[in-house]
Amino acid sequence: MKLRSVLLALLAVGAIGGTGALLYAWESSIDPIDPRSAGATDTVMVRRGASLALLGDCATCHTASGGAPYAGGLAMPTPFGTIYSTNITPDPETGIGRWSEQAFVRALRSGVDREGRHLYPAFPYDHFMRVADDDAKALYAFLMSLDPVRSSAPPNGLPFPLNIRLTLAGWKLLFLHQERFVADPSKDDKWNRGKYLVDGLGHCGACHSPRNLMGAEEISASFQGGVAEGWRAYALGRSSPSPVPWDEAALTDYLARGSHPMHGTAQGPMANVADNLSLVDPADVSAMAYYLASLGKGEARTTAKIPVASGPGQQPQAAGVQVATPPLQSDPGGAIYGAVCASCHEGARPLPFGGVGLALSTALADDTPANLINLVLRGIPASTDGSTHPIMPGFGDVLDDRKISDLANYLRTQFAGKTQWDGVAKAVADARANR
Amino acid sequence: MTTLTVNGESRSIKASPDTPLLYVLRDELGLNAAKYGCGLGQCGACTVIVDGKAIFSCITPVMVLEGRAIVTLEGLGSQTAPGPLQRAFIAEQAAQCGYCIPGMMMRAQALLNRDPNVTDEAIRAELQPHLCRCGTHMRILRAVRRAADELKKKSAEVRAGR
Repeated sequence: MKLRSVLLALLAVGAIGGTGALLYAWESSIDPIDPRSAGATDTVMVRRGASLALLGDCATCHTASGGAPYAGGLAMPTPFGTIYSTNITPDPETGIGRWSEQAFVRALRSGVDREGRHLYPAFPYDHFMRVADDDAKALYAFLMSLDPVRSSAPPNGLPFPLNIRLTLAGWKLLFLHQERFVADPSKDDKWNRGKYLVDGLGHCGACHSPRNLMGAEEISASFQGGVAEGWRAYALGRSSPSPVPWDEAALTDYLARGSHPMHGTAQGPMANVADNLSLVDPADVSAMAYYLASLGKGEARTTAKIPVASGPGQQPQAAGVQVATPPLQSDPGGAIYGAVCASCHEGARPLPFGGVGLALSTALADDTPANLINLVLRGIPASTDGSTHPIMPGFGDVLDDRKISDLANYLRTQFAGKTQWDGVAKAVADARANR
Repeated sequence: MTTLTVNGESRSIKASPDTPLLYVLRDELGLNAAKYGCGLGQCGACTVIVDGKAIFSCITPVMVLEGRAIVTLEGLGSQTAPGPLQRAFIAEQAAQCGYCIPGMMMRAQALLNRDPNVTDEAIRAELQPHLCRCGTHMRILRAVRRAADELKKKSAEVRAGR
């Protein structure tokens, strides 16, 4: 009898708890709108929204390879399974054509779609929660001004129970600390604008901060470096591994152009970010650089004399810029460096063919070999917009795993002056599998 | 002394191990199909096949190629007995000045070896690293298409014959 009452009591507690959790997790649906009513008319707002959408890299995730911009369908591999980005064009059936401004702003800042379903945090609402009303409305106006594209994303490949969206309420309870941006009155307007963009729409920390086992950013380790799509997103500020410390001028240049003579070229996901920022209102990019510079400088790690490639047109392409390869070395990695890398990286060719001197390489100075290996395997493709950032052929089909390991070990000790990385061979195999 | 396997033959190379393959092919082995274009791995004229993959021979020192199978355009057929891809390029008259063509053919051959059922988009994407200044791009694409179709027909005949 006693056992039975205990069981009943437990059951009652469980039911109340379960109902409570359900009530907590439950989000209401917001009424659909007539898609024809949403056509934006305020062109100034649409333009501002377009610049903000670039700053937030919206199209980068919401566009499948070869697909229509903003129509979604890009597969995003996460440690938990594959998530597909959604269609955010104003198509009434497959996009956000029936979403009111209110529904859009809720999705952006709280990660809940119009029908009340929780969105996965691959959508960085943990940053977008800081987006101000006016900016959120401008983004909505811009997206609703796009041509509607009919396109449904494939279903997500997530295991149970992660495929139950109500579980995300628990994740949000633990990791989403809803807050709006609050300006620091002790700082100037430019700093506050920069911080607002970096922490909010720019969602820099989504890649540049480490994540915990549940995929949430570690707030205590902000900008201490993270990973994105097989690439290392370097630590920013005081912990930056860059051999030459970043300053505001270098950051402004790099963010807007995707490369800097003392720091090299944006690669991997950062290449998309820089492409987008090149089209954003320059005042916003400048504010972001101003704020990022205020995070502090790392220590200078190189005293090497650095050849800086001159800009295009400042030097004839062929005159006196072809360097003889250095004498053949007995170290297997050194021999490859001399025969394969040195003629560009030690030459003083003008851009885009002038390689960055490797004493400047952040990839070599960083804690993991991931970015170096990606670079050696794939190279740096030429820009598609005619700009003159450095280019490099990939050597993935030329050098086998062993040779890439030899090369990595040589470059690391020779140019970064650090001890060899652990696990280079495994990192090479991983990078190839990721390709 | 470096030993290379070129078009199925073992060749002893006198040049220093850090010499780019392109120079060895042209200057030492007399295989002149691969061309010097930019010397930077950016134009594609020097492309040859190594272990089934298209690579730029101008930036590949011979020391990393020992024990690997190198195929040059000469390996695809001869003037008297041209291979399927070479016949297709002749049929479509795909060359104008012709300087880029050996490189284009080697990357196309690597693609067809991998996947004879290739789509037109895949051909375009694959040949993207190759520059042609005459502008015979449409003929080049047709020639690769023609070779792919011929290879497909042949493999279908072989299957039917069995």
